[in-house]
Amino acid sequence: MKNIYLIIVLAPLLGAIIAGLFNVSRRVAHTVTIGAVGISFLLSLVVFKHIILEGNPAFNEILYTWLTIGNGSFSLPFEVGFLVDSLTAIMMLVVTFVSLMVHIYTVGYMHDDPGYQRFFSYISLFTFSMLMLVMSNNFLQLFFGWEAVGLVSYLLIGFWYTRETAIYANLKAFLVNRVGDFGFLLGIAMVLMYFGSLNYTEVFGYVQQNEELVQNATINLIPGYQWSIMTVTCILLFIGAMGKSAQVPLHVWLPDSMEGPTPISALIHAATMVTAGIFMVARMSPLFELSETALSFVLVIGAITALFMGFLGLVQNDIKRVVAYSTLSQLGYMTVALGASAYAAGIFHLFTHAFFKALLFLAAGAVIIAMHHEQDIRKMGGLKKYMPITYWVSLIGTLALIGAPPFAGFFSKDAIIHAVAHSDRIGANFAYFAVLFGVFITALYSFRLFFLVFHGKERMDEHTRHHITGTPKVVWIPLVALAIPSVLAGMFAIGPMLYGNLFDGAIFVEHSHQAFHADDYHGWFFFMLHGFMQLPLWFAAAGVGVAYYLYMKEPDLPELIKGRFDTTYSILIDKYGFDRFNDWFFAGGSRNIGTKLWQSGDVKWIDGVFVNGSANLVGWFSSTVRYVQTGFLYHYAFAMILGLAVLLALFVF
Amino acid sequence: MNLGFESTDIITLLPEIFLLTMACFILVVDVYLPEKLRHLTYQLAQGTLVGTLLLVISIYPSSLTLAMDNMFINDAMGALLKLVILAIVFVVFLYSRSYLQVRNILKGEYFVLGLFATLGMLIMVSAHNLLIIYLGLELMSLSLYAMVAMHRDSAQAAEAAMKYFILGALASGMLLYGMSILYGVTGNLDLAAIATNISDADSNKHTALVFGLVFIVIGLAFKLGAVPFHMWIPDVYQGAPTAITLFISSAPKIAAFAILMRLLVDGLSSLYVDWQGMLILLSILSMATGNIIAIAQTNIKRMFAYSTISHVGFLMLGVLSANQAGYAASLFYIITYSLMGLGGFGMILLLSRVGFEAENLDDFKGLNERSPWYAFIMLILMLSMAGVPPLLGFWAKWSVLNQVIQAGFIWLAVLAVLFAVIGAFYYLRIIKLMYFDKSEDRTPIEANMDMKITLSINGLIILFLGLMPDMLMAKCLKVLQVLI
Repeated sequence: MKNIYLIIVLAPLLGAIIAGLFNVSRRVAHTVTIGAVGISFLLSLVVFKHIILEGNPAFNEILYTWLTIGNGSFSLPFEVGFLVDSLTAIMMLVVTFVSLMVHIYTVGYMHDDPGYQRFFSYISLFTFSMLMLVMSNNFLQLFFGWEAVGLVSYLLIGFWYTRETAIYANLKAFLVNRVGDFGFLLGIAMVLMYFGSLNYTEVFGYVQQNEELVQNATINLIPGYQWSIMTVTCILLFIGAMGKSAQVPLHVWLPDSMEGPTPISALIHAATMVTAGIFMVARMSPLFELSETALSFVLVIGAITALFMGFLGLVQNDIKRVVAYSTLSQLGYMTVALGASAYAAGIFHLFTHAFFKALLFLAAGAVIIAMHHEQDIRKMGGLKKYMPITYWVSLIGTLALIGAPPFAGFFSKDAIIHAVAHSDRIGANFAYFAVLFGVFITALYSFRLFFLVFHGKERMDEHTRHHITGTPKVVWIPLVALAIPSVLAGMFAIGPMLYGNLFDGAIFVEHSHQAFHADDYHGWFFFMLHGFMQLPLWFAAAGVGVAYYLYMKEPDLPELIKGRFDTTYSILIDKYGFDRFNDWFFAGGSRNIGTKLWQSGDVKWIDGVFVNGSANLVGWFSSTVRYVQTGFLYHYAFAMILGLAVLLALFVF
Repeated sequence: MNLGFESTDIITLLPEIFLLTMACFILVVDVYLPEKLRHLTYQLAQGTLVGTLLLVISIYPSSLTLAMDNMFINDAMGALLKLVILAIVFVVFLYSRSYLQVRNILKGEYFVLGLFATLGMLIMVSAHNLLIIYLGLELMSLSLYAMVAMHRDSAQAAEAAMKYFILGALASGMLLYGMSILYGVTGNLDLAAIATNISDADSNKHTALVFGLVFIVIGLAFKLGAVPFHMWIPDVYQGAPTAITLFISSAPKIAAFAILMRLLVDGLSSLYVDWQGMLILLSILSMATGNIIAIAQTNIKRMFAYSTISHVGFLMLGVLSANQAGYAASLFYIITYSLMGLGGFGMILLLSRVGFEAENLDDFKGLNERSPWYAFIMLILMLSMAGVPPLLGFWAKWSVLNQVIQAGFIWLAVLAVLFAVIGAFYYLRIIKLMYFDKSEDRTPIEANMDMKITLSINGLIILFLGLMPDMLMAKCLKVLQVLI
């Protein structure tokens, strides 16, 4: 199996190198990268069968030690190793499958782009990085993967680097992620400080054997206050997750990341990279389980993100941004699940969301191609008859998103709400309210988008209407391929993932925190029937109803509401002022400090006094003492005699 | 004193005897040569140098040999220094020929005086007796005074010669005075005998010895050009015709280094604590003065003069470490310095032509446009002088600094590096002028083919040896191990 794991990881890297570094043709670039990712996907299926269907034990091996620092009592090896258990196997499948679909889709989407080869190189590199991240068996490799996906994300957001907005967006993503990564790195440092190791097995093994000890360990960060080490560590690690998985207040980069090409939005900013934070917290469940405080923190942050980012989706008019805010909101749902100790539910939602959100993004991309890069939904409408395949897959995706049974999203979202309802953690009541009301909002903005794009009046201009293009094969095949799991993934996965013992050994939940009990489960169909008697489904139905009324029946009403609730509307349009505040306080503030330091420190002191000052001093001194060289012979002789006198005085007397 | 000859003495002295004979022969021949055959003098002189060089190689000593009643020594260091001196004088004559020709001072005197000066240097290198050292020194110095004055019509040259002569006489007097005190205390002129005598001398002789030592060090410092006995250098370098400056700035420094080694290391090594202190002082003053004042110079010959002074400061760093490796580092430094100085003045000669002396910094403006190749050679030379890796000058500085640190004077090494940084400015300024400024002079560069080739080799050898410094360094270490 070891070789299979190596091939899974290295094939996309090889593809990226060939497509990126050698001056290959477009055809070679996409053939090689699609082939490489295809191999990874097929082998991931083998791994899935091996680990999950056949229930083989997890693979955990160190493949390569790069270097070791320290010796004697403390040594820290920098290793490359793989830990492949059920959690990893699922992530690998998701990553390689979505990546493969996006690779194929890209052939159509980027058809006319001059950066074709570069794009393929980047997305293959991303696949490699993401696999390194999920397959890691130690914190350092995790951090490597974490930074590598961040790098590729940066490169891809700014893919069209001549656009001012793209540069702004990728810089913003980079800087905001730096904040999160700083916390993450501190968290890793805390782990290293306390456990003296960065290997998962060693750290988690120690935790399980000395649970009491670890739970009660404290650290003195501010004199006089003792903090639980686990709380500090977990919150720091979670700050990393907040950056990568775009949780409030570090969410600001994700909507702007839509400046990148649409396939990227699907692959990186919806299906895989942004879920790395969720994956990481689930992976660290043995640590998080020891800190109620940290879990409450996670819960509240997730709930805020889930609800308030949903509101923003209501007022956006850019097709990709609506989907982006819906991603933020769904990431909030996953985080809420983690905070409620329902890691499995979080991963389950990650799993289903990857399919239907990638589907929605790629469908949005298909619409954008058809509309010749028009992204404003106010200029669309009635597209159903022009692009029926896209229409139907979008409907599937939207239904999955709002949690309509029996689509995939229904199961995972219901499970999360169920888990939150059963949690008695601080903040759980608020979270329950947030996720429940969030269902209504999700349904509202999703169907608003759906109706505005595919139904109603055709609001595009004449010229565009005549040139609406059909959907090419390379575009609709991935859409259909993604639609299938969007329908089916939920019903088949819920049993083993939530109520089975699939994640035993990979995810650790304290017994008292368990929300799902195998006794309560009688198959997916009964779970679905049970759903009809619960609030969420009716909230979703209400959302669809309202959307239908507002955007199909009474299309003038939204304008009226907008006028009536002017203040609320402007707050939403302003995105609660996060961007304005960041621009003013952080960006503006640090620029001011920088300018001041530059003026006073650099220009005045370093340049003025040290650099130019010393040069001027030497120059002045030089031009002064040159007059000692008078040209008069007796002066010269005098200097010699003086030298003689000094030497005699110093050394003889 | 028994001055009896032995046949082996003749063999040991053969290079010097050959050089003397040929110098006299050329002197006579030159008088009878018609003007159009003047190049014959040049060829004879060069032939003499090559012949002497071959003779030095043929008697290259496998061990230390003394001759002429211990007055003359032939050892590996001496042989190496002689080879370098002869090679350098050969190149100096080659560079100078056309310069002298167009100024109508290509006379037999130049070559005859040059050969006599060379003879003086060889004698200095091989001297093993205070008197022989002095004789060699005076033979060299007197020839040099005359050479500076050779351009009779130039007031500047005459003034320079006068200054050089008077100050030189003063310094020689001091050196001689120091020697006489040494003789008075030890009763010996022979360096080995003096060394033995001093090592078991009682302490009341010490003061007298140090008193003499001060005068000897001053005499040496003058010849090398260490501050504050450097005053003659800028004026003479600037005043003398460039070809003569080239001669003065290269080979005589090596000879001066040789007598420094003979006197302080062979003869007075027991007093090393004292001369170490003096050299530290002179070295710091030289590095500081040389590097700082060079910045204010606009005349490139003067700038090179101050650069020489700062190099002398560095040279002393190795000697003052007072061990074999330190001497080897200094030997390495002086050879490196002469190669760089040779190239530097060679470039000035190359750019000069009838009625035009390329002696101002501005004359190097835009050299890259006029001749990219020679701009590149000059670039190598300047970077090497500044001590930029991987050029030879870097290794020279590195090895002396290394020895100073080994000897425990870390503060001195730090100071030396600081001065080297200041010094980098004026070398880099020339590079800036060559590459980034517009040329005001569009005259094409014309020179003899032999000069062009030699100058190119001169620059490239600095690059080449810089890439493989071990070759030269190993040689320096080897010859020093034979010493003592």
